[in-house]
Amino acid sequence: MAVEGILQAAAQYRQSLGGRVHEAIVERTFEEAERIAERAVVREGEARKFALDLALDRVLTSRVWGLPVMGLMLAAVLWITVTGANVPSAMLNDLLIGQGHPWLLSMFGSMGSPSWVTGFLVDGVYLATAWVISVMLPPMAIFFPLFTLLEDYGYLPRVSFNLDRAFRWAGAEGKQSLTMMMGFGCNAAGIVSTRIISSPRERLIAILTNNFSICNGRWPTLILIGTIFVAATAPPAMAGLVAAGSVLAIAVLGVLMTLLVSRVLSRTILKGEPSHFSLELPPYRPPQIGKVIVRSVFDRTLIVLWRAVVMAAPAGALIWITSNIIVGGDSLAGHFVGWLDPFGVALGLNGVILAAYVFAIPANEIIVPTILMLTLNVARSTLAQQGVMLELDETATRDVLVNHGGWTLLTGVNLMLFSLLHNPCSTTLMTIYKETKSWKWTLWSALMPIGIGFAVCGLVALVWRLVA
Amino acid sequence: MQELKQVSKACDACGSCSAGDKIVPMRRTEGSDFLIALAGNPNTGKSTVFNALTGMRQHVGNWAGKTVVREEGAYKFRDKAYRLVDLPGTYSLLSNSVDEEIARDFVLFGRPDCTVVVVDATALERNLALVLQILEITDRVVVALNLMDEAERHGMKIDDRALARDLGVPVVPMSARSKKGLLELAATVADVVEGQVALRPHRIAHLDPELDKAVVSLVREIEREHPGILNARWIALRLLEGDVGVENELRSGTLGKPSHGTLSLAGGQ
Repeated sequence: MAVEGILQAAAQYRQSLGGRVHEAIVERTFEEAERIAERAVVREGEARKFALDLALDRVLTSRVWGLPVMGLMLAAVLWITVTGANVPSAMLNDLLIGQGHPWLLSMFGSMGSPSWVTGFLVDGVYLATAWVISVMLPPMAIFFPLFTLLEDYGYLPRVSFNLDRAFRWAGAEGKQSLTMMMGFGCNAAGIVSTRIISSPRERLIAILTNNFSICNGRWPTLILIGTIFVAATAPPAMAGLVAAGSVLAIAVLGVLMTLLVSRVLSRTILKGEPSHFSLELPPYRPPQIGKVIVRSVFDRTLIVLWRAVVMAAPAGALIWITSNIIVGGDSLAGHFVGWLDPFGVALGLNGVILAAYVFAIPANEIIVPTILMLTLNVARSTLAQQGVMLELDETATRDVLVNHGGWTLLTGVNLMLFSLLHNPCSTTLMTIYKETKSWKWTLWSALMPIGIGFAVCGLVALVWRLVA
Repeated sequence: MQELKQVSKACDACGSCSAGDKIVPMRRTEGSDFLIALAGNPNTGKSTVFNALTGMRQHVGNWAGKTVVREEGAYKFRDKAYRLVDLPGTYSLLSNSVDEEIARDFVLFGRPDCTVVVVDATALERNLALVLQILEITDRVVVALNLMDEAERHGMKIDDRALARDLGVPVVPMSARSKKGLLELAATVADVVEGQVALRPHRIAHLDPELDKAVVSLVREIEREHPGILNARWIALRLLEGDVGVENELRSGTLGKPSHGTLSLAGGQ
């Protein structure tokens, strides 16, 4: 082949040139760059100002302080989110559901709309949407700007730096900590970001484990369950801290799972040595606070919210329909839940939760409203008409889950665990397929976390029941 | 007063400075007159420049490796439409990962009318290595000397004229974050694509005459085998270096063909 001829000729020249062509070219390029830069830089920067960066780095990337400071910052961000979101959430709730829902009902009534149309649109579609907005908007509007400020300041690569040794232990590339961090926003985005990882083996490890980063859709679920179940066991003065602590614990568990699963993968089906990489620590730049807030609200908050609304509306409709089609004495949804229940209970969850996770494959955002609605439906509660995604404040949500769903603290804790350890949403799975072009790895990334989730929840339930 | 009016009229007619110009972001990228690539080291502000010119809201962040796909936008300047492509950051034109390959392929084989290399003024030496590599393959380069505000904050002073003289291509000092220097950049790019600027790109003399001879003869063979191939000189140099990736791409005929960032793992499919 002619191409082979060219390659052979190149190899011969390379030999006759002493084989150091690459080194020679690189050396020449850098010599030249250095010479030109020296002539262009009239005055070097003062060392004093860079010294501030160095001092900060001494703390933020220190072996001793780096990790604790990182944990404290994340805890602070979560605490501000949990406590700060309460008031606006309640206000939105009152506006959209306390006032909007009855108003819409009377509007539809006065227009003479048939009851099934009103039920489908107002109780199904509208309530599901309103729930998502009032529960998700406030925490997102607080969490994302705080996270973006840290990013703008230049903190993310420092996190990578701190976690580098851990990732080397796991047999993965250090840059995986950056893609993991992107996953904390959205797993689909995290998976696309693995393109920065050069070795295909390490990139695949990063893709398969990205789901262990809690995404936007899951933060609100964790925050809510942490608040109404875990924090309820603490004295009221400590509730906020305990809620934030429980969410932080799940996030940290996610990081540990990432490392552990990466290590297992790199020792078994994706064997290999971790490759070296260089990581640039950018200068700390004073964040442009106004811009950051505007940008994170428009680019992140509203996009995530829109996705949730778009997914919640049809899910609300679907739930309403399956709850209202009666076959053999029970609704379709009721049959499904009943069928899953024994397995769910064995895992310390229940049939409703497992069914809700099936309904929520397109979007994790709608887990809690789906659970509430199915719970009331299965319990044949007089509180709700069939299939209405009821909106309740936090206390009432807890009452419904405990009284009608038979929830205990174990159910709450295991739901938080399962929220971390289950299949990625459909968007993420599609992205995994697009990036790997392999159904095998797509299937792996769906089944592996579910398997781990079943195992962990089952084990926790077993131990809990033995001890309690 | 009269005099002033005349001055402003003369100003309108002249067009040799950017005083009367405006950058107008466009929604559509089709049917544009010129194709502009935005390259540079990671975290130098490429996406910030991109957003400022196109009015788009690409996510920007203070860390290396944020942009991993090619983003496209467009703007209008002096009645011409420019399609702008934001590339992932890369330290060199050698590709190690998918994002670097995307950047390399576009600069080499995407046929941009002009390549804007965004450079971090506070880390000039390291950034210039990429500039020199790009100057090896194309004349039409504008260096956007970004983060000048940052350099000033650190008390640095940079002689952008000396830099332009040494590199042989225009250098535009700017601070994209605070939208300083954007008009000058757009005007310079316009001048370059219209052929209004004399470009004498700095080429590295490789000292070793044997190497030059080898390059020349390899270029001849490559061009005979692949008529019309772009950047045969660059390919020849890579082959002489023993770049396995380029060898394989030449064998499979995929050099310069977009890989769409697909991950391929031997035995993994």
